Amino acid sequence: MEYEAVIGLEVHVQIKTESKMFTRAPAGYGHEPNTLTDPVVLGMPGTLPVMNKRAIDQIIKAGLMLGCDIAPVCKWDRKNYFYPDSPKNYQISQYDRPICIGGQLEIELPGPSRNVMGEHKFIHLTRIHLEEDVGKLNHVENDSLVDYNRAGTPLMEIVSEPDMHSGEEAYAYLTALRQIMVQGGISDCDMEKGQLRCDANISVRPKGVDTLGVKVELKNLNSISGVRNGIDYEIKRQIKTIQSGGQVVQETRRWDAEAGAATLMRTKEMAHDYRYFPDPDLMPVRVDQDWLQNLRATLPELPFERQRRYFDSFDLPYTVTSVLVPDRRLAEFFEEAVDECGEPKAVANWIANDLLRELSAGGIGIEDSKLRPAHIAGLVKLVKDGAISNNIAKEVFIAMFESGRRPEEIVEEKGLKQSSDTGELAGICNEVIGANPKSVEDYKAGKQNAINFLKGQVMKATKGKANPHIVDQILREELDKLA
Amino acid sequence: MAQETIDIDYVANLARIALTDEEKERFSGQLGQVLDYIEKLNTLDVSGVEPTAHAFPLENVWRADEPEPGFPVETALKNAPAVRDNMVVVPKVVE
Repeated sequence: MEYEAVIGLEVHVQIKTESKMFTRAPAGYGHEPNTLTDPVVLGMPGTLPVMNKRAIDQIIKAGLMLGCDIAPVCKWDRKNYFYPDSPKNYQISQYDRPICIGGQLEIELPGPSRNVMGEHKFIHLTRIHLEEDVGKLNHVENDSLVDYNRAGTPLMEIVSEPDMHSGEEAYAYLTALRQIMVQGGISDCDMEKGQLRCDANISVRPKGVDTLGVKVELKNLNSISGVRNGIDYEIKRQIKTIQSGGQVVQETRRWDAEAGAATLMRTKEMAHDYRYFPDPDLMPVRVDQDWLQNLRATLPELPFERQRRYFDSFDLPYTVTSVLVPDRRLAEFFEEAVDECGEPKAVANWIANDLLRELSAGGIGIEDSKLRPAHIAGLVKLVKDGAISNNIAKEVFIAMFESGRRPEEIVEEKGLKQSSDTGELAGICNEVIGANPKSVEDYKAGKQNAINFLKGQVMKATKGKANPHIVDQILREELDKLA
Repeated sequence: MAQETIDIDYVANLARIALTDEEKERFSGQLGQVLDYIEKLNTLDVSGVEPTAHAFPLENVWRADEPEPGFPVETALKNAPAVRDNMVVVPKVVE
């Protein structure tokens, strides 16, 4: 029998803010343990939480980018449980009235090859709600050590519908989600820093059956490839269990990326009973149309929309767009250069090939590049106007990258301007013709290719500065003159 | 009004408190009375009333995202029964 896997993801994304969700204590990663707390974070008696406006703005933006309905009114609830990572013994969250409802995420599956676009699908979302993150537990030999720096950081929980069917789709989902969150400035989504965390609900069922199988929750999927591998492993395990006559049991398993296997997590003696109730310390949030309108105006173009625009308006090939589009700074750099010179293909190639190569060789990001969009635009114009050849342009590019100087300046100073001076070039051409009787003879005998050798000699003599089209023209004229 | 049966062991476990048999009996009775009292609310017709958690019409109480220094680490750890490497030591929790 053939089986089909059904996967839903719960993704937690930390919202990038200066201060915590309900208090002014600074938010951040990599600080000395327990240096980012205050009375509210630690749940001291008598403290009162106050919402961070920016965190609400940011989750609404995230929701708008993902096509969610934004609830006109949402509220806060307490999720009660005892665990050392929770200083108050409850987590402020949203239970029955989340801020974002529904929505969808466009994903791209791998194509038949790297340079062919893959199938696109929409994965539906159930909801996105806002809550506060908990502290971090560090497990050592005989005890656990608690650092509350992370506690109280604004945290979104993005819940998908059970719309995915393979580790590959889950991988594509996380990739697309991360791009949107990063490009929207919502989060840096660094999984190593715990800024994006993923749990998966996985079940299998015979193909063609509508009801869902028993689901297993898979935790600790803490890298994007870990998500793919962990899910594929769990799907195989469930199918094998069923095929060998067993039954899948509802349980929580933990993915161990190093071992490449998942293990059963110790089952808690008691099912979770969180006893949610409305938080009396916090008033509801009402979102009106003006607020939404203002936030909508700040949203960036979505990556796939940008890609389609590059296809339609610039006629760029898939491979180049798939380099430019995932990185908003790169895409904006590209567009700025195109605005200045109107040559999208040439600009895209300079960025995708030369700029990225130099950035990676220099180990720097585009924001630190001395070479700016105007440099590339200027270079492209010089080539287009015939002032320099493509080969010379490569040399100028490196010089611009290293110095940040304007291309015109470099061309001028180094005397790289392409020579279209027919008088001067004719002299050189005749010298080359005189020095290479064999090639001349070949050409005369009908070997058209022989002219390329002569052309190469002229380019060499002019150090690549000669305009190749003009050289070609002169050579043919001069050769034809010879009897 | 039928009094709801209370699983006092379950409730005590959720609250992380250990009760003696005598306490279990006493608190079961007291909690039962509380539930009976709350049960009275069910006699009201609230079909036209929107559920609300607050009595005041206040909304959107917030502040700007401007950080302020919080506790120095020594203060943050003052209540901790045991501290190592500026972290709170707790019995090993294994998931």
